[in-house]
Amino acid sequence: MEFKNPQEELERFRSRLAFAGGFVLLFFFILFMRFIWLQIVQHDYYQTRAEENRISLVPIVPNRGLIVDRNGLVMARNYSAYTLEITPSKVKSLSETIEALAQIIDVEPKDIKRFHKLLAESKNFESLPIRTRLSDDEVAKFIARRYQFPGVDIKARLFRQYPLGINASHLLGYIGRVNDRDIEKIEEREEENNYRGTDHFGKSGLEQHYEFDLHGSTGFEQVEVDSGGRAVRMLARNAPVPGNNLTLTVDAKLQEIAEKAFGDRRGALVAIEPATGGILALVSVPNYDPNLFVDGIDTQSWDLLNNSADKPMINRALNGAYPPGSTFKPFMALGALTLGKRRAEQVIFDPGSFTFGNHTFRDDKKGGHGTVDMYKSIVVSCDTYYYMLANDMGIDNIASFMGSLGFGSRTGIDIEGESEGILPSQAWKKKRFKKPEQQKWYAGETISIGIGQGYNAYTPIQLAQATATLANNGVMFRPHLVHHITDTRSGKLIPVEPQPLKALPLKQEHIDVIKKAMVGVNTEGTGARAFAGAEYVSAGKTGTAQVFSLKGAEYKERGMKQELRDHALFIAFAPADKPKIALAVLVENGGFGAQAAAPIARQVLDYYLLGKVPKTAAPVDEDAAAQEEEPE
Amino acid sequence: MIRQFWQKLVTPVDGPLLIFSGLLLLVALIALASASPERLTTQLVNATVALMVMRIVAGIPPQRLMHLALPVYFAGVLLLIAVALFGDISKGARRWLNLGFMRIQPSELMKIAMPLMLAWYFQKHEAMLRLRDHAVALLLLVLPVALIARQPDLGTAVLVFSAGFYVIFFAGLPWKILIGMGLAGAAVAPLAWNFMHDYQRQRILTLLDPERDPLGKGFHIIQSTIAIGSGGILGKGWGQGTQAQLEFIPERHTDFIFAVFSEEFGLLGNMVLLVLYALLIGRGLMIAANAATLFARLLAGAVTLIFFTYAFVNMGMVSGILPVVGVPLPFISYGGTALVTLFLGVGILMSIHKHRMLVQK
Repeated sequence: MEFKNPQEELERFRSRLAFAGGFVLLFFFILFMRFIWLQIVQHDYYQTRAEENRISLVPIVPNRGLIVDRNGLVMARNYSAYTLEITPSKVKSLSETIEALAQIIDVEPKDIKRFHKLLAESKNFESLPIRTRLSDDEVAKFIARRYQFPGVDIKARLFRQYPLGINASHLLGYIGRVNDRDIEKIEEREEENNYRGTDHFGKSGLEQHYEFDLHGSTGFEQVEVDSGGRAVRMLARNAPVPGNNLTLTVDAKLQEIAEKAFGDRRGALVAIEPATGGILALVSVPNYDPNLFVDGIDTQSWDLLNNSADKPMINRALNGAYPPGSTFKPFMALGALTLGKRRAEQVIFDPGSFTFGNHTFRDDKKGGHGTVDMYKSIVVSCDTYYYMLANDMGIDNIASFMGSLGFGSRTGIDIEGESEGILPSQAWKKKRFKKPEQQKWYAGETISIGIGQGYNAYTPIQLAQATATLANNGVMFRPHLVHHITDTRSGKLIPVEPQPLKALPLKQEHIDVIKKAMVGVNTEGTGARAFAGAEYVSAGKTGTAQVFSLKGAEYKERGMKQELRDHALFIAFAPADKPKIALAVLVENGGFGAQAAAPIARQVLDYYLLGKVPKTAAPVDEDAAAQEEEPE
Repeated sequence: MIRQFWQKLVTPVDGPLLIFSGLLLLVALIALASASPERLTTQLVNATVALMVMRIVAGIPPQRLMHLALPVYFAGVLLLIAVALFGDISKGARRWLNLGFMRIQPSELMKIAMPLMLAWYFQKHEAMLRLRDHAVALLLLVLPVALIARQPDLGTAVLVFSAGFYVIFFAGLPWKILIGMGLAGAAVAPLAWNFMHDYQRQRILTLLDPERDPLGKGFHIIQSTIAIGSGGILGKGWGQGTQAQLEFIPERHTDFIFAVFSEEFGLLGNMVLLVLYALLIGRGLMIAANAATLFARLLAGAVTLIFFTYAFVNMGMVSGILPVVGVPLPFISYGGTALVTLFLGVGILMSIHKHRMLVQK
């Protein structure tokens, strides 16, 4: 026990008070230093962060460029429409929300299916359309009950529209929602910023190839936002620049007529302006409606397209590889002249077949064509002439000459995914097969190459390019669909490749021989029936490509299954003296070229040169069969 | 007669204390008018009530207050136990007691009851203070603090603990024991980690690195430091704080109102605020130094330092140097309870000052 001295106690208390006072000042000083650190030293940093909080850049998606044909007819455009969109991350139960929405607005099962497909492909924070193209009435109905649907909103969006519907679908292609592969392409081009806010991307055709021209530059709106991300007011706006417009070399009306000429048959047609390489029409039928893809195709429609035996999604003009049949002969003849293997007037005797080793190659005409010169060989399509010629030229000479015409390599058309086809040669065979005995080229295999059979397989566009090169006297162009790109910012026209690829080392006299013979085809030969009464001089060549080898049996067309029937082909250009159009037609399982393909070519040429609009699909000329060559 | 009444009304009121706390109230109203103008009227009512409480308490002599110490303290402890047993749970914590006609938060009561009790206890043992008495005092302190911390309400526990600790400190707990306790506390601190609630650990981790979860637990502190930092020296101007006005600052009218004030008035505003607090605290310490009895001295010292604790913990947490605990900015944050408690403290100081000469030994 100790007794306290009150005065001493008071002194001690006061010294502790003083200590406390010092303590308070010290800690306030620490706070003060902290404020100096934040508000002076680090001020700029925090100022920036506050601005970043406050200001949000909202991308404004530019209008996609238009696609118009050579005459200014619109083939792809945009229109604005309201969509009903759900942001999945902001919705408690998707199925309940959709069910409730269906009470107000018509939501069909296919809409729901499509929504789920989009959902599977998307990131969670995106808003996805459950319904597109709402009517004003539907918009009003939803707006009235919007408060019941957090995470659901109406948005005004631009839609791509293809006014021609299924016409020209394979060349236009379509756009669809951006997926991971598209993002890779965007990153490769370092266009990420420009694609902020864009949710569509070209998936095929011109829409794909010219994606970065058509897209335009994204604009930005600087808005002040609150912590919930709601825009409070607009601060600045940087307007978007619409995408560049494409003007095509394609004549949309010609395209339509060419497509209709096929009726309900399958096939392809490529028409080229020989002097420029500009494509006038690029047909692959059957086709599809690209409008279905714009906002995500519904499963039902997709299955229908994808599972159809007619394969409407395949672009036959670029991806179908077919033996050219007798349409190969004019090029064989040109090669023979160029390489000095034949003179035009040189004749052979055709007994009706050609025997090589122990194998007999038959001519289509029993008893043969008798004496045949080069002109007659093309006009009547004499097989024996070309069996012999192929044998005399040898496979590698054929391959190198045909290769120079573009056979067996991609033409470089402005659509992605073109096939190469097959240009047979010794080297090709060695590469193609694994077993040594298969790798060897047999001289007997060369014989049927001469009539466009055997391993030969080319795309219709290669055939059309070779025909155009012939029509253009050996000056070769890269076939292309876009004539020029219009820069929307400057209004400048940027032409697409008016320059030729190369001029082939061909003699004009040789070319004239072939052209004359091809004119003969359409006046007195296999094409004469199809071109009877034409008011212009045209050059052509029929062809029939074997799908099924008959091994000596008689070819009876009517009794055969449709998919085993031969493919019908026809190449042509007109007018013969100054060609404005060159084309290649292929009708899958159409039978003889003269029968099925030549009448289509006639309709196309009649329209392009004379403006004649056909009333029906091209007729099938059954009787033309009598004049047609029959393959081996 | 009116003059007489006025005379009677202002007699116990201490001028400097009223001016400093009044200026702080003014700052509060300015900040609130920017942060949440719709609450201005309510806060004016709260302030009026608080000032009335202050005046009433200022009129009560310290001796009368001393008689209240024991009953208030034990009532408080009983209520805290009742909360632990029957309390309402809101936001994951058991802090409120439902009395049927009203809900009360007994921990708020302890902020005043604790220094009152301990000051009374030391007064009682004034003549022969032994170390044992300090130990008992510590026990009286730790029990309610533990109950509050358990609720859990770390902010209030810190305030109640510091209130009681200040009394013990001023009562003369030897330095060597103080230092020893400090060292022991530092040694045990890592162990405390194991006893913490998950959210408490998160708060400490967030303090160390707010960016580890910028949209979740770090959001409050990141946004408030951005607000303060972007305010700069002069601030963005009243009503012009983008962080505040665009609602990036959470709880911007209560615990985080300092961020709003600091963004709009800058470093200059902060200095004014610190000076006001320093003056208020200085006046309080002066009153304690001149107080008549040990009880009055200890109570005045502790109450004054509570103001400091409130201010430092709140500003430290909003500016990102202390973990987030629920402590309002004294006199400034919106809310009636805290304001009444604070002015009750001011009233006590005034009463002690008024009666400094009456009971001299």
